[in-house]
Amino acid sequence: MMLGGILASAPVREALLIGGAAAVMSGVIGVFTVLRGQAFAGHALADVSSAGGALALLLGISPMLGFFGLGLLGACGLGAQKRGDADLASGILLGAGLGLTALLLHFAASLRNVSGAAVSVMFGSLFSAPPGEGSMVLAGAVAGMLVLAVISRPLLLASLDAELAALRGLPVRLLAAMFLVLLALAVTLSAISVGAILSTALLIGPPATALRLTRRPWTAMALAAGIGLACCWGGVVLAYASYDWTPGRVWPVSFFIVALVFSAYAAASWRRA
Amino acid sequence: MFAPYLLDGWLAATLVALAAGCAGFFVVARRETFAAHALPMAAFPGAAAASLLGVAQVYGLIVAAGFGTMLLLWLKRRQRNDTATALALVSLLGLGALFLSLSGRYAAAVYALLFGQVFGLGPGDVLPAMVLAVLVPLVLLGAFRPLLLSALSPELASRGGMHGTVSNAVFLLVLALTSAFALPVTGALLVFSLMTGPAAAACLLARAPGTAMALSVGLALALIWAALALSYLTGWPAGFFTGVLAAVLYLLARMWRRARQAR
Repeated sequence: MMLGGILASAPVREALLIGGAAAVMSGVIGVFTVLRGQAFAGHALADVSSAGGALALLLGISPMLGFFGLGLLGACGLGAQKRGDADLASGILLGAGLGLTALLLHFAASLRNVSGAAVSVMFGSLFSAPPGEGSMVLAGAVAGMLVLAVISRPLLLASLDAELAALRGLPVRLLAAMFLVLLALAVTLSAISVGAILSTALLIGPPATALRLTRRPWTAMALAAGIGLACCWGGVVLAYASYDWTPGRVWPVSFFIVALVFSAYAAASWRRA
Repeated sequence: MFAPYLLDGWLAATLVALAAGCAGFFVVARRETFAAHALPMAAFPGAAAASLLGVAQVYGLIVAAGFGTMLLLWLKRRQRNDTATALALVSLLGLGALFLSLSGRYAAAVYALLFGQVFGLGPGDVLPAMVLAVLVPLVLLGAFRPLLLSALSPELASRGGMHGTVSNAVFLLVLALTSAFALPVTGALLVFSLMTGPAAAACLLARAPGTAMALSVGLALALIWAALALSYLTGWPAGFFTGVLAAVLYLLARMWRRARQAR
């Protein structure tokens, strides 16, 4: 009965579509991110892109455009820096991005009277996506996965052993730049689902879990996409069900997704230990 | 700008910048940038749980700082550094989102927790900031050599007696407590800018550790004062100026460094 009820609701179907596309894309990109040791860069991109989410609210444009636009700007910033102090430079960039978010959210609240702007940008608003957002997200995910399919083999080699890749004549720098763009796209999709600062959960959680279970990168990618999808859809179902636990109040769907992601990771570590 | 009702805000911000400048120097020297970004998120579940249980926010923040540190250490034992930190960060935030939503003050509280509300501070906020401003520099200066040593050479530090894991845990706890007390001033997100921006600039400008640390504190004070003054004059959030000015400070320091190397 409950399942039928869930699928009958249009916002829930939209949520399942957006969350699912984001989880699969982030799971696959996330394996590369973890292998390349760029979890912090991924999180920094998410924080910078939150300014885009706030800007979209302020201008009334599609959140996807806002998140991705600023995400690309952030990727340019990250790509421009030198190797040595990458973490520090990412951190400074992240701080500037968050400062901008604070300002734009302040304007969104005072000029346009958008209430709850901070919550929806930072912690996601999966159940209240604007109409048409689902198909845009799906198109973005398909395009991203296609590009990734083309560059995945050289990118994997460059991620595992950059020196060997360079010796073989692979364009390591170009691959790194393309990866940052794909990372910005994955972060955008996750930010729409679970919010900008929680998008790291989908990007790092399922891949870290998968890499604990298998050492083979391709298997890990499939596994991470599956785990991410299960966590996302499970979170949507639980949030829907939570309406009956505390009458009249829905628990945040982002919490359930993060909780499931963390439980999956803890279970995988337990098994290994 | 210096009206009586704003003085508490100025005082608290000054004290917080003192502590953040000290802690930030070690964040940069030990390359713990991501941890410095993740640990303040512990304040999220802490503050929300405190309001849910009806106790003073400070207690929630202190307990959560300890919890966040333990979570991070537990995850770090079995995972490479940046992945573990990312996992700790999102779990703390997810928990905070739940507590806030259950306490029913979701929308109103989130902005203040994330970005701070310095001009809303009262006399009650000055005392915790005072404790912090005394305690953090004392602990860090007391452990100055082991902390720096284990950052520069982990092997040497463990041979010298001070265990690497112990000094690491102490450091992370200090970091978590600093950000917990700084929460009302800068918010959970931008305490990070206050810590890393001035410290990163100081480490570019000065070579000797002691000088760099003193410079880091001085720059942190200048940064927070400038941010508050600009915020008062424009009516824009202080967090915006904190984040952007920290980046400007760092860029200026890099340009200065490059110009000196070119000569």
